[in-house]
Amino acid sequence: MAFRSLWAIAALAFACAAAAQPEPIRIGAFLSVTGPAAFLGDPEQKTLELYVEKVNAAGGVLGRKLQLYAYDSAGDAEKARAYVKRLIEQDKVDALVGGSTTGETMAAVPLAESSGVPFISLAGAVVIVEPVKKWVFKTPHTDRMACEKIFTDMKSRGATRVALISGAGGFDRSMRAECLKVAGNAGIQIVADESYGAGDSDMTAQLAKIKATPGVQAVLNAGFGQGPAIVTRNYRQLAIGAPLYQSHGVASKQFVKLAGDSAEGVRLPAAALLVADTLPDADAQKKVVATYKREYEARFKQEVSTFGGHAYDGLMIVLDAMRRAGTTDKGRVRDAIEATRGYVGTGGVVNMSAQDHMGLDLTAFRMLEVRSGDWQLVDFRN
Amino acid sequence: MSAQLLQSLLSGLTVGAIYALVALGFAIIYNASRVINFAQGEFVMIGGMAAAVFVDAGLPLPLSVVAAVGLGMAVGLLLEKLAVEPARGAPVVTLIIITIGASILLRGLAALVWGKKIRPLPAFSGDAPIVIGGTAGGATLLPQTLWVLGTTLAAVAALWWFFNRTLSGKAMLAVSHNRLAATLVGISVRRVLLVSFGLSAALGALAGVLIAPISFTAWDVGVMLGLKGFAAAMLGGIGSGPGAVAGGLALGLVEALGAGYLSSAYKDVFAFVVLLAALVFLPNGLAGRGTAERV
Amino acid sequence: MALPNNYTYEVAILVGLNAVVCVGLNLLVGYAGQISLGHAGFFGLGAYGSGILAARYGWPPALSLPAAVAGVAVLAWLVGRPILRLRGHYLAMATLGLGIIVSQVLATEDRITGGPDGMAVPAFFFTGEKAWYWVIATLLVLTVWLAQNLIDSPRGRALRALHGAETAAAAAGIDAARHKLAAFVLSAALAALAGALTAHYSGFITPSKASFLHSIELVTMVVFGGMASTFGAVVGAAVLTTLPQLLAGFKDYELVALGALMMLTMIFMPRGLVPTLESAFHAARRKPR
Repeated sequence: MAFRSLWAIAALAFACAAAAQPEPIRIGAFLSVTGPAAFLGDPEQKTLELYVEKVNAAGGVLGRKLQLYAYDSAGDAEKARAYVKRLIEQDKVDALVGGSTTGETMAAVPLAESSGVPFISLAGAVVIVEPVKKWVFKTPHTDRMACEKIFTDMKSRGATRVALISGAGGFDRSMRAECLKVAGNAGIQIVADESYGAGDSDMTAQLAKIKATPGVQAVLNAGFGQGPAIVTRNYRQLAIGAPLYQSHGVASKQFVKLAGDSAEGVRLPAAALLVADTLPDADAQKKVVATYKREYEARFKQEVSTFGGHAYDGLMIVLDAMRRAGTTDKGRVRDAIEATRGYVGTGGVVNMSAQDHMGLDLTAFRMLEVRSGDWQLVDFRN
Repeated sequence: MSAQLLQSLLSGLTVGAIYALVALGFAIIYNASRVINFAQGEFVMIGGMAAAVFVDAGLPLPLSVVAAVGLGMAVGLLLEKLAVEPARGAPVVTLIIITIGASILLRGLAALVWGKKIRPLPAFSGDAPIVIGGTAGGATLLPQTLWVLGTTLAAVAALWWFFNRTLSGKAMLAVSHNRLAATLVGISVRRVLLVSFGLSAALGALAGVLIAPISFTAWDVGVMLGLKGFAAAMLGGIGSGPGAVAGGLALGLVEALGAGYLSSAYKDVFAFVVLLAALVFLPNGLAGRGTAERV
Repeated sequence: MALPNNYTYEVAILVGLNAVVCVGLNLLVGYAGQISLGHAGFFGLGAYGSGILAARYGWPPALSLPAAVAGVAVLAWLVGRPILRLRGHYLAMATLGLGIIVSQVLATEDRITGGPDGMAVPAFFFTGEKAWYWVIATLLVLTVWLAQNLIDSPRGRALRALHGAETAAAAAGIDAARHKLAAFVLSAALAALAGALTAHYSGFITPSKASFLHSIELVTMVVFGGMASTFGAVVGAAVLTTLPQLLAGFKDYELVALGALMMLTMIFMPRGLVPTLESAFHAARRKPR
């Protein structure tokens, strides 16, 4: 009898001790680690895991450790919804960082809004923050910004008649729609609009059509994955002389490697992270991007990716907001996120407001050109 | 002939030849077992990925290609031995679900072992495009395309010789015509099944190796290619070798011409509409061979 | 049946919705013996039909849903007549082609459908997990009852005769074409209903719901649970919907585990889960005490 009560007391004491540990701060993530958008979700997950570990090693936030709950939604909006439900209801997270693709993000938005959980999305489309939703923010540049940046550069080279070629994925279609919308205002005339399918091996038929269209002065390929690499190779094979622009969806060394020599002279807008090594020291982002690049590559022996950078920014903005608010109360953290000013991230300098839940402007995008298999900064502003 | 038309035709033939190889794989397995092997696309993926991995590891290209096809064949044989044979006697639909499970498994293993990066493969004889009909008004052809077309022709010829001139090939044909009778004359259906899987897997892997220099390879390229190869096989008349080849080329051409001249956004829809129309008007596919139903 | 939290209700609701589609699909595949590899297309059309009418044209969901289901049923009837003349694998290919056409059109017409990223769908007049759970559970019970009654009716027996031997059935005076078409249309309507309900429940719909992969998932659920068994269809839906949720912890190994599980189950239980368990149960009961 006495033996049993001894156990009971021991168990109780243990439970009390465990409870005496401060509650961890729970960060929920749903990412496309497998599936068609795996090269978005994979670096995102690695980044979150790495930095949760580093922050905990440095003592955590507000004296509490971080705990990461990460699920693989494999690019599927339905799965994303179920996982977000799980994160909110079962795992009881304090904030959400995730949604690698726009589809997954939009499926999660109603849940974040109705449950009142601050959510920083890692997806690109402008619809995520336009119209502004109270609890939803995002770190990546929007596809509309990419179009504007590209069109500005095209005009500066005297090209106003532009052909568009895009893939079938969500990113591709969304960017194509945005480019068609802003072309008029930017003084650009879209004279051809071709597409290719997911998993297609050869785009010469579409490019031959573009080549046969009179007066094409520049071509924009809005896409990601292997499609743009194939388009670039086909482009050189057909000896089309007009300058080729790609989107920020292929802002990675992998694209350059796949496209090989045919990538020479291709331009695209990208975050400063890609040229971390050649950024001048006086650049506002130099320190952040150089450090992230060094730490990520040392740990994972893989090239940094801008998508991982967006995850880094998302996590850091949430933690920074928690520190400023001094609490993990969801409402106060949300307010603090909205009040983020002058935060220097891998994507740019972030200035959020009640009307702007992304906080980046066109200067956050740098125009890069591929030369001799590496990135070169084309504009030297900032 | 306009440059655009010529270019579209070449594009269609290239892709069509790959579909033809995949379709042949479907046809061979179907003939031996009446099963649609949904893992066929993954053999294509294994061929391309393995070759890319071997090249990265430092093996010379020809050796990598041979090794990759060999690996594909081995996976096909394993699949038959471990998954199809134990389930012999099960309804055909069950066997189909097993192959679906196998394709998921193979994709998962590929992602695990080889990672999710997209990989290039060096072209067999260089990248310099061959110009036909003059630089201004002509079309260009990649040397790799010639490899694709040539190898497909060679493969079809070799298969024809195998099925019509060798004893094992004729045994396989016998099984496809009448399994019971074939067993009665002493043909080992089990061995025929094994050989059919090995052969189809080798063909699929070969297709993967041929197309990878043009369109890269990754852990998930098998899904779309398998689907289109299946469509090509059905278009040609399931179970018919020449039909599979014709179906593959036809599908590739319809896609490319649709992309170049109608609407490139709807090229896949166009291809499938044509396919459906063909099936409705030619219910046994291009080859027209009907399957006799026992009452 | 009360459940711990909203997340488990969500899973239960998803199971119920998949089960409704599977019971319908089972009538076509299991009983009438016709293969459909494009059923997700009907699911997607029902979802987008109701979604577009409600979101873009302002119809109340109580109207858009039956309209969408009716529309899909009519489409299935129109399309079914020429297609069902095909046999076996050719039918499979035709349905597969249909499914792909539907999912591609949904993904490409982004001005109406929102493209591959999908679109938001207004909620129903009732919301909340518990309410939906009860509605779906009731619907499932009704569907199973309907299916069972159909199977035991003269029409159902005609259907089953088709599966056995179409020529013989025709010789016995059964109008094969009409019965096949009826099974096709009914299963399409059920899929559309489940699709529309899913859209309003999630508040969101993407073209991947009409994709080839989803069609394969549905057929797998039916075969896995046991063809020609309504209860089997429900069990198959339940297991294959919850399994990925359970395997979520496996992360990189999830696909490998799923594929291996599918293969092993089908190899050792070729007729599907429920018929195999039923036989084992009967065999055990017949053992002398």
